[in-house]
Amino acid sequence: MAWRFSDVQRRRLPGPLPVVFALSLLAASAGTSFAQQLDGEALADACTSCHGVAGHSTGSVPSLVGKDKAALLAALTGFKAGKGDPTIMNRIVRGYSDAELEALAGYFSSLGGK
Amino acid sequence: MAVNRRTFLAGATAGALLPLAMPALAAGTSARVVIVGGGFGGASLARYLRRHDPNLSITLIEKDTRFVTCPFSNLVIGGLLKIDDVTFTYDKVKAAGIDVVEDLAAQIDHDKKTVSTKGGQTFPYDYLVLSPGIQFDWTAIEGYDEAAAQKMPHAWLAGAQTTLLRSQLEAMEDGGLVVIAPPAMPYRCPPGPYERASLIAWYLKNNKPKSKIKILDASDGFIKQDLFMEAWGKLYPGMIDWVSASNSGKVSKVDPSTMTVSTDFDDYKAAIANIIPPQKAGQIAIDAGLDEGTGWCAVNPITFESTVRKGIYVVGDASLAGEMPKSGFAANNQAKACARAILADIAGRQPSPSKLINVCYSTVEPDYAFEIVDDFTQTSDNIGLTYPDDRESPLKQSDAFHKREADNAKSWYANITAEMFG
Repeated sequence: MAWRFSDVQRRRLPGPLPVVFALSLLAASAGTSFAQQLDGEALADACTSCHGVAGHSTGSVPSLVGKDKAALLAALTGFKAGKGDPTIMNRIVRGYSDAELEALAGYFSSLGGK
Repeated sequence: MAVNRRTFLAGATAGALLPLAMPALAAGTSARVVIVGGGFGGASLARYLRRHDPNLSITLIEKDTRFVTCPFSNLVIGGLLKIDDVTFTYDKVKAAGIDVVEDLAAQIDHDKKTVSTKGGQTFPYDYLVLSPGIQFDWTAIEGYDEAAAQKMPHAWLAGAQTTLLRSQLEAMEDGGLVVIAPPAMPYRCPPGPYERASLIAWYLKNNKPKSKIKILDASDGFIKQDLFMEAWGKLYPGMIDWVSASNSGKVSKVDPSTMTVSTDFDDYKAAIANIIPPQKAGQIAIDAGLDEGTGWCAVNPITFESTVRKGIYVVGDASLAGEMPKSGFAANNQAKACARAILADIAGRQPSPSKLINVCYSTVEPDYAFEIVDDFTQTSDNIGLTYPDDRESPLKQSDAFHKREADNAKSWYANITAEMFG
């Protein structure tokens, strides 16, 4: 049925992050007619306040680090479609386009810890 | 550390002369970022910068040696946690390579681009971020000054005031009246007074069940009101009485010697009076004229740069950030957006689009919490709510739902404080 995040494990917090966002060259064209390249790491800033630095969570909020991208995206788009049993995520995902959700799923899945 | 700052100074001065379209600093030099205030805004910002740039010179000026979080301090007042559970040192901030200066930042010289401290130190900056939090307006309520707060605690800056209110509750006789008086908006932590009423009720219900709580409010409504009212009806029936401003709830005068709290029409004799006065931005921001006389500092909605002074940024409660509430979560999100803008400016490019959200959990009993989530849309002149409706946890939920929210609140607290102090 509904996709559920797996149980959370306490994990060691990472050191300095790779400077992934530095590669977001197209961001300089924000507001122009160029196609916007979404920066998952930048978008994830809002997520980590609950889900932990680089997706390493302590406690009941799920860790997102190294999660499978397809499963993560399925959960997020599912919340948007009214699926699953969320407490809060259904209200949060309203503010995100499908492209933004995909960028976020890509970012968290790309992090170490797999 | 001091040697590093002086070393950075030489290179950075040359960088500041480069045209705006170029990176703000010449290759191989490091920008100096000075941050005032080591709370949810300042500590988050310092750590975010360091996690993304190992070479920046980052100085955090903070007057206290330890930080006691306002979030979860209501759990200390209710007796669910001890003050040590919400107290953090700057040890790991320092270990991350951030120069933590234990001093009060007193004055900004924006022409020389320096900040000087009460202790007589001066710090040059390329970027200055102010996250000074709030101060109280001690003239707003007749009789309520700093001395009165020792008898009628505000407990709105966590620390000694928190433990004072807790010890008063422990000493109170059963049957006493606890008055909680929130100010009118805007103020730090809008759901805080009502969470506090709930957790005091939890303590009284289990220890002093004849006691009552009266909320004398300067407003006619409050955030998550339906959720609080629902919870109070279920958990604490008859214990909490909320008096709105239009029902003469607004406190205009207190007399600590007789423990009298007065509105324009009624006098209340309190066993405990928790008076929360109106607030404004920390003094350094006011002294710098960043509030333009309003008490709060207008900022660019994308970068959090002051609209009054280039090169000075304001995050957290001191800022006027559109629809964003004055919360620890909002300060943390603003800090990351501001840090991202500073990093982009240093690199001579635009920041990537990011997101601003806010989540405020309120715990009303150890296993019962709910929240509000805000999603914000940033435009050139505002930070507005993307969805004004359906932001709060739904009503009529199961105990299991509220238990999950209570667990998530604890997890949130662990994760956001680890981002700052872990």
